[in-house]
Amino acid sequence: MTREITLSQAVNEAIAEEMRRDETVLLIGEDVAEAGTPFKVLSGLVEEFGTERVIDTPIAEPGFMGIAVGAAMTGSRPIVDLMFGDFLYLVMDQLCNQAAKTHYMSGGKLNVPLVLRTNLGATRRSAAQHSQSLHALVAHIPGLKLAMPSSAYEAKGLLKAAVRDDNPVVIFEDKLMYQDKAPVPEEEYVLALGEAAILREGSEVTLIGTSSMRQVCERAAEILEGDGIGAEVVDPRTLVPLDERTILGSVRKTSRAIVVDEGHQNFGVTAEIAARISEKAFYHLDAPVIRMGAMDVPVPFSPALEDLTVPTAEGVAANARAIVRGVPVHAP
Amino acid sequence: MPRDGKANAEAYLRMYRQMARIRAFEDKANQLYLNAQMPGLTHMYSGQEAVAVGICEALTDEDRITSTHRGHGHCLAKGAELKLMFCELLGKEEGYCRGKGGSMHIADQAHGNLGANAIVGGSAGIATGAALSAKRLGRNYVTVCFFGDGATAQGLWYEVMNMAALWKLPVIYACENNGYSEYTATEEVVAGSLTARAEAFGIEAHQVDGQDVLAVSKLATELVERCRRGEGPFFIELETYRYHGHHVGDINREYYRTKEEEARWKADRDPIANFGKWLRSEGVATEDELAVIDSEIRDEAAAAVEYALAAPYPDAVEVDMHVFKGVDHALPYMSGERA
Ligand SMILES: Cc1ncc(C[n+]2csc(CCOP(=O)(O)OP(=O)(O)O)c2C)c(N)n1
Ligand SMILES: [Mg+2]
Repeated sequence: MTREITLSQAVNEAIAEEMRRDETVLLIGEDVAEAGTPFKVLSGLVEEFGTERVIDTPIAEPGFMGIAVGAAMTGSRPIVDLMFGDFLYLVMDQLCNQAAKTHYMSGGKLNVPLVLRTNLGATRRSAAQHSQSLHALVAHIPGLKLAMPSSAYEAKGLLKAAVRDDNPVVIFEDKLMYQDKAPVPEEEYVLALGEAAILREGSEVTLIGTSSMRQVCERAAEILEGDGIGAEVVDPRTLVPLDERTILGSVRKTSRAIVVDEGHQNFGVTAEIAARISEKAFYHLDAPVIRMGAMDVPVPFSPALEDLTVPTAEGVAANARAIVRGVPVHAP
Repeated sequence: MPRDGKANAEAYLRMYRQMARIRAFEDKANQLYLNAQMPGLTHMYSGQEAVAVGICEALTDEDRITSTHRGHGHCLAKGAELKLMFCELLGKEEGYCRGKGGSMHIADQAHGNLGANAIVGGSAGIATGAALSAKRLGRNYVTVCFFGDGATAQGLWYEVMNMAALWKLPVIYACENNGYSEYTATEEVVAGSLTARAEAFGIEAHQVDGQDVLAVSKLATELVERCRRGEGPFFIELETYRYHGHHVGDINREYYRTKEEEARWKADRDPIANFGKWLRSEGVATEDELAVIDSEIRDEAAAAVEYALAAPYPDAVEVDMHVFKGVDHALPYMSGERA
């Protein structure tokens, strides 16, 4: 049985279920308890689990991140709530120098089973310090796993997997999707980290879209269908680990690929996936792999500018048409 | 309160006017939000006017400030124009930051405002660095770092206070304690006393009623002068209150503070009404004169909003401008194209 719930409800359910299942799971962050976060994602949890397990902190991100790392090394399983993905910079030392390296540096003797939940996404008119999509920073650091749910269904299943994982797992939710509904099973389920999903089949071009960009790719595929072009849409779901087998399998079939992600394009997620395709499926390609990321500028406040900085379905469709029809995209 | 009535009438009326301008600006900004005419959210300064105005009254255009997400008051008190601020709030080209910054990032170089900041406590380093420049370059300006009670939880502030004290920098840390950070009461997130934290670094700390513009300006004037003589840094905790929610969208807030509490602050401790009363009792201005000021300001604000609503958005070519100083357009530049 399934029902439609919002991404926000899906996250809330996943956390509640995991907290019921495992006494050691705790939630920590700013305004997570009574307020349930500014996005109201965590409403109701403090009522069920109490302030011992749903812990409000002062505005001290490096502090509570560090406390979570230490708690995770000693028997707790913290879920850290970082209100905006932009605050990742504040917790980078604890996340990357401490959490990511502890298992390795200790020769496998210590481990850090924590989840860091945060968000990404522009076009909310929140300007340059509240609109960034910084997941590539996490993907770059060995020792961190990285999940990018693209709907309520993924959000719930991936979060439950993350809580059960014995490593630090970072999850970026799209803050513009919290109210978006999707069918979610009533029964319990967990989505394995490292398994991509093919959301739509097509034979001429593969559109790989992460998180918010999955919907952009799906809309692009609909536009392309109107043009008689069959687009396959792949959602990697997790970037670390990355399900190369599914991605490469699709590209071998279609021989063309466009990678779409809301992080900055330069030196980013799209570049990494495009490079892997180019290295590992080179002889199957009929066109260069196209990267489409956020424009390489800080996110501007003005709606007139902000909307220019994120990939659109029309833009993806235009690029797909070009490579399918053999229009050269190389530099002169 | 100093009872020197008319002698300082000009300064008093300036402060009154500035506080009224902030209130009028915020009322209009809130209305723009409610009318769905403003992109995004904004944080209202209403209720805290005496803090920004009292402190900025002690400063010149040469002096610097750093501001916060709740920064419209600081910006106006430091000399900004309503029109250009509304343009920024609406993302228009003529705004202080050409529409690129918006409410949470307004900077006004001409008046020494180094910028609002959307990272809580994010400007503590910037303010202290500005003070380092003043000292190193032999300039006589003072920097005031505005921040909220919530920002005192950020480690950065302690690092820079230590250095400011070691190096005797001309900086004043002004903590606006409005009782809340977002949806949490200050006493739930602050252990011990704030003044004691500054004092631990050997920094002289003061507490003042942030609703009393004369008390604030008197203390600020004294500390600014002492900063100029090399006696800084200083810390001030200003007790104040925000009238609106954390941001304009925070409307149902009874789960974290009562309507009665809000009503009490507005009735008993409104900085503008109380100062107006004092001006009348001192014979600085009559009720009618203050009413004229109020209505002039409301007209000015209304005209500024009309202007900003009609103003054009920035052109699309601006999107990759101003990424690097000295580079017209970042995108071709980053691909190695030479001018
Ligand atoms: C580093 C950081 N953490 C969290 C936030 C989210 N946030 C924005 S304002 C705010 C509360 C700030 O409280 P305070 O410093 O007291 O200022 P006030 O809003 O009361 O003026 C929070 C938690 C942020 N912007 N930056
Ligand atoms: Mg506060």
